[in-house]
Amino acid sequence: MSPDTLARWQFASTTIYHFIIVPVSIGLALLVATMQTLAYRKRGSEGGAVWDRVARFWGKLMLISFAIGVVTGIVQEFQFGMNWSAYSRFVGDIFGAPLAMEGLIAFFLESTFLGLWIFGRDLLSARVHLATIWLAAFGSAISAYFILAANSWMQHPVGYRIDPATGLPQMTSIWKVLTQTTQLVTFSHTLLAAMLTGGAMLLSVSVWHLRKDGAEVDVAHRQVAKMALGVVVLAALGVTFAGHIQGQVMTKQQPMKMAAAEALWNTKSHAGFSLFAYADVSKGHNKIDLSIPDGLSILATDHPGGTVQGINQIQAAEQAAYGPGDYVPTVGLAYWCFRLMIGFGVLAGLIGAALIVQWHRGRLLTSDRLMRVSVWTVVLPLLANTAGWLFTETARQPWLVYGLLKTSDGVSSNVSNTMVAFSLFGFVALYGILGVIAARLFIRTARQGIDPSVDIDADDGSSGDGGLGVSDGVLSLAP
Amino acid sequence: MRVIPAIESVTAVLPGFWFGVIAVLWAGFFLLEGFDFGVGVLLPWVGGDETGRKVALRAIGPVWDGNEVWLLVAGGATFAAFPAWYASMFAGLYIPLALILAGLIVRGISIEYRSKVATATGRAWCDRGMFVGSLLPALLFGVAFADLIRGLHMNADHQVTGGFFDLVTPFGLLGGLVSLGFFSYHGAVFLTLRTEGPVRDRAHRAARLLALPVVVAAAGFLAWSLAWRGGAVSVAVSALMAVALIISILLDRRGREGLSFASSAVVAVAFPVFVFASLWPDVIPARNHAAWSLTVHNASSSHYTLVVMTVVALIFTPIVLVYQAWGYWVFRARVSEGTVNPVARLPRPAVSASDAYQVTSPPDLPGAGKDASVAGERGD
Repeated sequence: MSPDTLARWQFASTTIYHFIIVPVSIGLALLVATMQTLAYRKRGSEGGAVWDRVARFWGKLMLISFAIGVVTGIVQEFQFGMNWSAYSRFVGDIFGAPLAMEGLIAFFLESTFLGLWIFGRDLLSARVHLATIWLAAFGSAISAYFILAANSWMQHPVGYRIDPATGLPQMTSIWKVLTQTTQLVTFSHTLLAAMLTGGAMLLSVSVWHLRKDGAEVDVAHRQVAKMALGVVVLAALGVTFAGHIQGQVMTKQQPMKMAAAEALWNTKSHAGFSLFAYADVSKGHNKIDLSIPDGLSILATDHPGGTVQGINQIQAAEQAAYGPGDYVPTVGLAYWCFRLMIGFGVLAGLIGAALIVQWHRGRLLTSDRLMRVSVWTVVLPLLANTAGWLFTETARQPWLVYGLLKTSDGVSSNVSNTMVAFSLFGFVALYGILGVIAARLFIRTARQGIDPSVDIDADDGSSGDGGLGVSDGVLSLAP
Repeated sequence: MRVIPAIESVTAVLPGFWFGVIAVLWAGFFLLEGFDFGVGVLLPWVGGDETGRKVALRAIGPVWDGNEVWLLVAGGATFAAFPAWYASMFAGLYIPLALILAGLIVRGISIEYRSKVATATGRAWCDRGMFVGSLLPALLFGVAFADLIRGLHMNADHQVTGGFFDLVTPFGLLGGLVSLGFFSYHGAVFLTLRTEGPVRDRAHRAARLLALPVVVAAAGFLAWSLAWRGGAVSVAVSALMAVALIISILLDRRGREGLSFASSAVVAVAFPVFVFASLWPDVIPARNHAAWSLTVHNASSSHYTLVVMTVVALIFTPIVLVYQAWGYWVFRARVSEGTVNPVARLPRPAVSASDAYQVTSPPDLPGAGKDASVAGERGD
């Protein structure tokens, strides 16, 4: 087995796992902060009391997610050095800076203020307590900014020169590294995806309660459902738009990635957006290809006659630039991940839109089939996030840093396969167990529902009666 | 390269400055997360019953995560300022680091989920996770630092070539015992300062029991270490460590908890400073061939990157220190039984169906006789 195979598996499994959780945490943190803001602004009124119960309940769920995100994040900080030490040596001058900034600027903020938020409810004034959740949420969002800046540099290296003495890249502009277009579009896309994920989580749980309790449902779950629908639909629109811009940036900066995403083997103007393709990789063409005429050209260039480069031509160009070698990523993986990402994201938005329509018609509670499907909404952005992450990393291959370093050259040469296997299986087993524990805890807490009592002093997950207590009696789901 | 004298001198100074910054980050980590580890390791004994365990864990509950960030920032700063050190150290210490990470994962989940799991069995598993997850890093950080002082087998590319058993040496294990023993002591003293009631008493007893073994192990380790390497600064720091440790022990016996902890904090800060002072100017000494050692100079990032990181550190470190200190100030009150088992201020509304949901609190729980609606530790 080549030395990088296990290291790739370890990075993929630990990072994909981390990236399933993190968008949930970021999305929920911002949403819980919003809920608590509503509770604060309407304090003293009945509406404020409802939002207060909502914020406490969703805060509990957020913390279950946060814990997993935090502990799996520790591994990320160190495994570049462990498994990818050649990479670390190569890029450290640039890549290390955003990583260190993430720790100093984002992680301290997030963890310190999260601790203050959890335990400081009775020790801080309501206003300061509200500030702590915003600072924690802000910390988690800017941690995404820094780590995506580091990743964007791998996709599209900028702000560096090659040191003639060592042959290693040296940073010449931190400003470019932190604010290049790749980073700006990637961060917008990812943050909106996190909002979509958080919104979908809100939607799934509150619809579950709507279905279970029908007209008797706690008004708080109804409030959350309303909020969730707005967030899901707006975030779905936003993420689509940001993704479109990102696709155009990618076409310019990483033409091979776009070509692989579309399984477009040969350069074409009036290129169609492929709906279903089956490629014969050895011959460099597709056996089957159904497509929307001009679709890809419009996506990539905003023009129906725009020219999009094909895999075979880019392969030839990269060979000319970087020497002989195979510069084509796994096309099937890129192609399907790209489609699944878009498909799942759009589907989540459509479910949100369908629910809004039924709600306006006053038929929400009677459309049971739609409600039953909606309970599963949260699975869609989770799958879309994973597919998108897989796409952006695998379609960059064989490059680890585009144009500068190949993945096979980045691995630790002095770490044996046995050692990597040891940690790989250890982490997979550990993450698996944690996943089961966290999922069960999350589902149990979610099912208990929002505590019906106002301002109760116990906030530990052992109370709550499934939303059986307070309901506003007359339930009209039409706004 | 512009040849301006001032810039040249800054270029020469910055790698050394960042070596110091990373030492400070480790010092912060040992000082803060050190007592978190100690509380985790001592939990089964110092905690005692369910209420006692809650009290002990509550003392670190609001702050442990922020404390752990010192480690992440130490790692990130090493990556940014000394990429070759980051690469060689973490690949070279692969197995211990993997075990440390596994420990930190188990520990973080255990403390965060303990108050959320519904059963006594679940809480017992969390306590085990807290113990093992604190013990592993507390032991292995000492092993790793001792191994660095001893030096590792390296090649001409400054990569560590020695395998796992290169790391498990008598000196390394002694280093591990010192860190484990000291963190436990530090955690015990922390609990005497931060808790009230039986936990405080048991923590005093633990500190007294740990004192002699820790002094003996630390003295042996410091003497052996100075025999390997280290100059005047190392000798001075080791003397400071020894004196501060003994003062802390004596103050603890007189019941001066605050001052005893302050002395223990000096030891915690001096520990990494001692390691770094002994290493200087190497960051990883090659024990097989001195010229292959990784040093502050051949491992460092470019001048530009160091300047950028210096500016960022100078702006944000004071801010972080202010809000972390404020956090400790907010939680300054001693944790007592009343903190973790508060009496309800408002009775629950009478909802008949809700009684069925109250059984999540096990009947054997001390304090379960109180109002059933406040079954657990509030707020986490």
